[in-house]
Amino acid sequence: MKMKPLAKFYTVLVMVFLFAPIVILLVFSFNEAKSLSVFSGFSFYWYRELFRDSDTLGAVRNTLLLAVSASLLSTVMGTAAAVGIFKLRSKYLRTIMDTVTNIPMINPDIITGISLMLMFVFVGRLFGAATSLSFWTMLIAHITFCLPYVILQVLPKLQQMDKSLPEAAQDLGCTPLRAFFKVEIPEILPGIVTGLIMAFTLSLDDFVISYFTAGNGFQTLPIRIYNMTKKTVTPKMYALATIIFFVILILLMISNLFDSESAETVRKAKEKKSKKMKENTK
Amino acid sequence: MKNKNAVSRRERIIRRLCLSPYSVWAVLFIVVPLIFVAYYAFTDNDFQFTFANITRFFTATSTITDDSGAAREVRTYLLIFLRSLKLAVISTFICLLMGYPAAYIISKASARVQSILITLIMIPMWMNFLIRTYAWMTILQDTGIFNSMLGLVGLHPVHIIGTEAAVVIGMVYDYFPYMILPIYSVMAKMDEKLIEAARDLGCGSFGVLRRVIWPLSLPGVFSGITMVLVPSISTFYISQKLGNGKFYLIGDAIEGQYVANNLHFAAAIAFILMVILLFCMAVFQRAANKRAAV
Repeated sequence: MKMKPLAKFYTVLVMVFLFAPIVILLVFSFNEAKSLSVFSGFSFYWYRELFRDSDTLGAVRNTLLLAVSASLLSTVMGTAAAVGIFKLRSKYLRTIMDTVTNIPMINPDIITGISLMLMFVFVGRLFGAATSLSFWTMLIAHITFCLPYVILQVLPKLQQMDKSLPEAAQDLGCTPLRAFFKVEIPEILPGIVTGLIMAFTLSLDDFVISYFTAGNGFQTLPIRIYNMTKKTVTPKMYALATIIFFVILILLMISNLFDSESAETVRKAKEKKSKKMKENTK
Repeated sequence: MKNKNAVSRRERIIRRLCLSPYSVWAVLFIVVPLIFVAYYAFTDNDFQFTFANITRFFTATSTITDDSGAAREVRTYLLIFLRSLKLAVISTFICLLMGYPAAYIISKASARVQSILITLIMIPMWMNFLIRTYAWMTILQDTGIFNSMLGLVGLHPVHIIGTEAAVVIGMVYDYFPYMILPIYSVMAKMDEKLIEAARDLGCGSFGVLRRVIWPLSLPGVFSGITMVLVPSISTFYISQKLGNGKFYLIGDAIEGQYVANNLHFAAAIAFILMVILLFCMAVFQRAANKRAAV
């Protein structure tokens, strides 16, 4: 359907609202002067400054380390959990699992952060440690808030899966474990990958929960940005934001590509299947 | 028969193996921490049981001077809570007002345009919210871009930064996509035939909107409202940057107590916030279910 002029105008207006601040960030990251409102000339000065800032570079490394470990671990644990939840027969247990899984998503980040921090501090005190907050507490926190998203990506794929497939594999001599890896995993792979990407981006982006569970020594990029914005900000932070923006853009494009590709393969496979079925009925 | 039993027993073992790590994790790091919030909220620094933290929230007072210069005694934390609620409700309402037509327009576009527009809406969501908020701070400053643009069209500059309006703009901008996306996903699935049927039965455009589209989109509206209201009521940072720290919100209060190492009082505020939110959501969910049933 063609868009009406008024609808088009409104859509453009919404996009302007959403992207104006980002465009301004991009433009002023190339500003020669320190000003964030008057553009005086094009330069890469702030990018060079950014790459000289060892605190920020260290924070980038920390963020990636944390995001990779948290997303991988939560994807493995979350996929296994989804399989387990899917096979639960008791409605009662199922409701409990669903409710508990929903808690980190419904609860405001600040409460998730505070609650984990209180527990870490208390347990740390039991063992007589001055501070228990470190990379490890942050990793635990990140895995905890990523898990529900992974589970919710994988569960629907399990529900869509043809139940007779793993049974057929077992009838053909596969052990249940082998059937799981050979049949079920490929079927739910799109969900697992989407879950992994979501967990990765959530972990990269999180500030609030990290803020409460971070140790003094371990600084992630959002925490670094927070510390930068406490003082007057130079366009160095804008340069950082610009780089983040393009990284996100590329990640989104890759995930879109993967999505449409996997949709494409599913569609083709289904076509093949229906063709075969038709042939068989002949 | 025996073979089948063996298989189902093995299946059960696998199921347990799959689920047990997550079950242990969920208890240790989702359920237990929440118990710790309650534990800290009801104890003092020596972990002796006390109501002091909770009563402090409701009774602590401070003196503020309003615009006319007159000093007033107020209940500090109740005032902060009501202010958070007010700003969050206003922001959520603006998001709904702006997001509903946008979601509708997108859902009516061709499939290709739909996917492009939805991706575009999601991109700012993945920008760190600190950066997004800070960008607005530079835009809304007295000498910022917004005011220089007003100057270009011959209007007087306005003072926005440090007002409640600036905080609302920040909240709306930060959480706007969370309103559009759920409404859009409900509308995209809506059966076109229902709208046609309503038209055939003599409904005008407004009638179709009021009697068919709006009621059908309510589940999306409800989840959009929760997804905007919950983060905006509990946010910190936005008000610190855009409100010049003049409009302390409940999130700022929690963070402030955390920074001051008053963990027990921070826990008490978090506990009260959690209880109120849970209560609101239960009521809200009930209303939503009722509407869905009708």
